[in-house]
Amino acid sequence: MSKSKETVGLIATGAIIGIIAIVLMANGNPGNMGFCIACFIRDTAGALKLHSAPVVQYLRPEVIGIILGSFFISLATKEFKVRGGSSPAIRFFLGLMISIGALVFLGCPLRMVLRMSAGDLNAWVGLIGFVAGVYVGTLFLKKGFSLNRSHTLSQAEGTVMPIFQLVLLAILVFAPTALAFSEKGPGSMHAPLALSLCLALVVGVFAQRSRICQAGGIRDVIMFKDPTLLWGSLALLVVALIANLVNGSFNLGFTGQPIAHTEWIWNILGLFIVGLASTFLGGCPMRQLVLTGTGNTDSAITYVGMLVGAAFAHNFGLASSGEGTTPNGRIATICIIVILLALGSWNSKKAQA
Amino acid sequence: MKEVDARGLSCPQPVLLLAEALKGSDKEITVLVDDFAPLENVSRYAQNHGCTVKHNDKGDYTEIICTR
Repeated sequence: MSKSKETVGLIATGAIIGIIAIVLMANGNPGNMGFCIACFIRDTAGALKLHSAPVVQYLRPEVIGIILGSFFISLATKEFKVRGGSSPAIRFFLGLMISIGALVFLGCPLRMVLRMSAGDLNAWVGLIGFVAGVYVGTLFLKKGFSLNRSHTLSQAEGTVMPIFQLVLLAILVFAPTALAFSEKGPGSMHAPLALSLCLALVVGVFAQRSRICQAGGIRDVIMFKDPTLLWGSLALLVVALIANLVNGSFNLGFTGQPIAHTEWIWNILGLFIVGLASTFLGGCPMRQLVLTGTGNTDSAITYVGMLVGAAFAHNFGLASSGEGTTPNGRIATICIIVILLALGSWNSKKAQA
Repeated sequence: MKEVDARGLSCPQPVLLLAEALKGSDKEITVLVDDFAPLENVSRYAQNHGCTVKHNDKGDYTEIICTR
């Protein structure tokens, strides 16, 4: 693909995600949460009764849709390619830690941009942490950090997770009483199932084609002075900003923002975790879902890690709320940063070959 | 001519390996990749650094031949 074609694809993808996020919000999704991978994986963990926080339980069709959209388009374009085995256990824990960091901040990098576009200044503060996390990640990459090579695996191995998404969808449609659903709080707020699913399929298709990645955008600017991938995030920011202004949902300030808190240091450190761990993984949470759809089982393991991490975040009182962080969340944040820095040093010493 | 095997590595490691190889004096560097994101990222980096790029599909993987 030529460079300009890549850039156009990324801008189109960012713009489409921005518009879809605002449409989903207008149709019932929680404030500034038209699309949030971490929040929606948390709600999914709740619906599956992996945690029992009553306000964040709903089997989000958005997560299913992204994975399946990427799955179908990669089958159609012959880009479905099963591989895995690149440090799956470490990737599981990186996914787990990303969930906890994101839930201390209250959003993945995608929601960070959506919050920024709606005038939530706490997210602009959080951006400092995300960029710093990616930057520290690049320092480890330059020192030779690697999760080592993946290998080709059987078709069945790579198809398991997309099929699991179809099973989840079937349960959601035909046996919803098996799941837990919030009666109040963010989990109770959602767009109609068919709308969420269809729009998420579109996001999955575009994200797979364009390779959009929030962490990769910043990483490539820092490491290679190459802004190509960043165009996706910038387009998302600008289009969502315009949509928020048109929609009347733009509200500049620190306080009174939907599902957000004002503790700046923990907003920074929460997203520092997400930036650093995403750089170790080679992609942000959304990119992990997209890669899962293309047969990447390392990303499938990361998705399971995020699911378990989200459950931990609520089972052990680590997740923040609109009222602020929790003591356990603050302790976990510090511990995870220490663990990530230790992992970075430990894994950088290995030979890459 | 130098060959860099970047198969199975996550982004951005394939690009870092090419960057390292470009520090040498080889006129032609072949990078082996087996996924689409590294294929695009490596090709873009090579083009941004004054190389002409050719792709050879080898079935399981792709040879990216970067000539400067």
